[in-house]
Amino acid sequence: MMSNAAIDLADLGLDFGATVLLRHALLALAPGDRLTVHGVAPSLDLHLRAFARAEGHGFESADDEHSRGTLVRGTATNARWVGAQRAGSAAPDGAMDHANATWGLAARGAQVEAGAPAFAFALADKDEIWSDNAGQLYRAAAAAQWDPASAIPWDAPRTHPAFVEDALVQVLTYLIENETAALIVPAHFCAKVHPHFREVVQLLAIQAADEARHIEVFTRRALLARDQLGLSTGGGQASLQTLIDEPDFALASFLLSVLGEGSFLNLLGFLQTHAPDRCTAEVMRLAAVDEARHVAFGMSHLLRHAAHDSTLRPRLRVAIERRHEMLRHTAGLNAEVFDALVILAAGALTPAAIARGHAAVADLQTQMDSGRRARLRRLGFDDREAAQLSSLHTRNFM
Amino acid sequence: MTDTLILAAVAYDAKVVTIWDGFQKWFAARGLAFDYVLYSNYERQVEQHFDGAFHVAWNSPLAWLQTDRIAKARGRTARAVAMRDTDMDLSSVLVVRADSKAQTVADLRGTTLGVGAMDSPQATMIPLEHLAQQGLLADRDFRVRRFDVLVGKHGDHIGGERDAAKALMTGEVDAACMIDSNHLLFTQEGTLPRAQTRVLSQTGLFDHCNVSVLDGAPESLVARFCDLLLSMRYDDPVARPLLDLEGLKQWRPGRTNGYATLARSCDRFRWIDRFVQSMQP
Repeated sequence: MMSNAAIDLADLGLDFGATVLLRHALLALAPGDRLTVHGVAPSLDLHLRAFARAEGHGFESADDEHSRGTLVRGTATNARWVGAQRAGSAAPDGAMDHANATWGLAARGAQVEAGAPAFAFALADKDEIWSDNAGQLYRAAAAAQWDPASAIPWDAPRTHPAFVEDALVQVLTYLIENETAALIVPAHFCAKVHPHFREVVQLLAIQAADEARHIEVFTRRALLARDQLGLSTGGGQASLQTLIDEPDFALASFLLSVLGEGSFLNLLGFLQTHAPDRCTAEVMRLAAVDEARHVAFGMSHLLRHAAHDSTLRPRLRVAIERRHEMLRHTAGLNAEVFDALVILAAGALTPAAIARGHAAVADLQTQMDSGRRARLRRLGFDDREAAQLSSLHTRNFM
Repeated sequence: MTDTLILAAVAYDAKVVTIWDGFQKWFAARGLAFDYVLYSNYERQVEQHFDGAFHVAWNSPLAWLQTDRIAKARGRTARAVAMRDTDMDLSSVLVVRADSKAQTVADLRGTTLGVGAMDSPQATMIPLEHLAQQGLLADRDFRVRRFDVLVGKHGDHIGGERDAAKALMTGEVDAACMIDSNHLLFTQEGTLPRAQTRVLSQTGLFDHCNVSVLDGAPESLVARFCDLLLSMRYDDPVARPLLDLEGLKQWRPGRTNGYATLARSCDRFRWIDRFVQSMQP
């Protein structure tokens, strides 16, 4: 049963938005229904005919002076949505086990037109990337963003001797290149994760932003009292290159977040404790808060992944062993960084102070090892495996 | 190659390759071997049609008339077997500035009219015939300023009409010709600013492109091609992007009763006489 409807556009023309009213009115009609259009805009009948043709509706010229023409609802509007698929649900638990390539960039939960182009997102399976607390971690990260300009007491007094400042600049130089690796790795995978898993994409993006901020504050602190940065060694870069080059998300996340950034948590704590001024201490404290979230996400999605994939743990083991093998002939942590850490903890260039500093760095390494072992055990490795794998972790810390 | 249906089209835009490549795959999935050749201008396409270089031509309205007249002169028969739903019942308009003194077409006497490319049915030939039928002849009663963009493509390119619209707003011409859908587009995009122009006159309805076939084409192959073309549905997600690119929702059987005004324009102004004569056997 065909029905007739009418719409009065008053003086609104199709060149100024009347198409919105027409489409809205047509949507309420069934194919074959008629919509008689009234209005006083110039060229309305002319434009109605062109509009109808373009949108797949029929058009009948007005047969009386009261209307400007009649649109006959076509089928194209409905036809476009035949076979459309809803891409999961927007709710926090709405991610599907597998994200369809043709969902592409559509918002999770959107109705996606059939025939949309397929996107080649390499990470499209939930088990590979998902963490149930990803949304919560993202919100925590978003809420915890800090402004380097106001959060850091850049003008805090600096009373330490020049050799301590030199040591600090060397450590900061080392931290900057490590944080650059920690920026590039999540940024790289952010572009490979199917956007359907939006919380993971958001988290990786804000992780990269965290690292960008760390690079900024480390650089700014280093230049407070010096014109140049310190040394960068081939061995250090070789170690970081293995992180950048790791193509597997789980393995990269394991090496970077669980082992590398996990070790860095201890390092940043050490640097906060032995910071020569309040500015440096605050820089280290704030960076450590961010890094803790990165470690938490790495642990969380690997735990979930391991629960669904029994091959993951053996692959993680091989990843550590392979990286160790690749770095066996490199120097590991460069002597300049090691010495700088000792000097920062010592605070003075006397045998007694250096002995204290050396002991503190040795203690730091023990804490790093202990932390790595604890996280490896949480991932399901037994004590012996955890100890062995922790010992194979790069001597460059990250 | 008689098992392969070959279509000819004019490459008025790079998207033409995407369209016919897509159709080729769509036909292949339904068992029809299909190929296409592209020409840079319709005259070459029409000429090659009579040389038997392909089976069907995706023709502009003017190319259809050229084909039809040459066929008649040669004792042959041309048919329009399909067209887009959007090729039916178009109209063109003559637009003037809102403050123009012209209230009727008679007031265009002594003025300058901006038209599209010299071979554009909708922006030149049909509007000039529309005026002639009302007693106003180009170059006698008013001056014509042509905006030739891509001559040989029979106005498929929007550029000439847009240039004419721009010239109307700068005062270079007193009135401009364009197809109804471009008038809507130009007013929406602001090329014709709101309330600064008005439509002085509208032509009668006419049809646009069609798929043309000459007698002697392999009948069953053409029939299969037409059946498949007409079966294309907008709810087919593979066909839909191609239909969107080609600007239609549905293919319709061809009809030839929508070319009368263009034919009269060709008779009056002898637009295509020389070409048709050059194609006499």
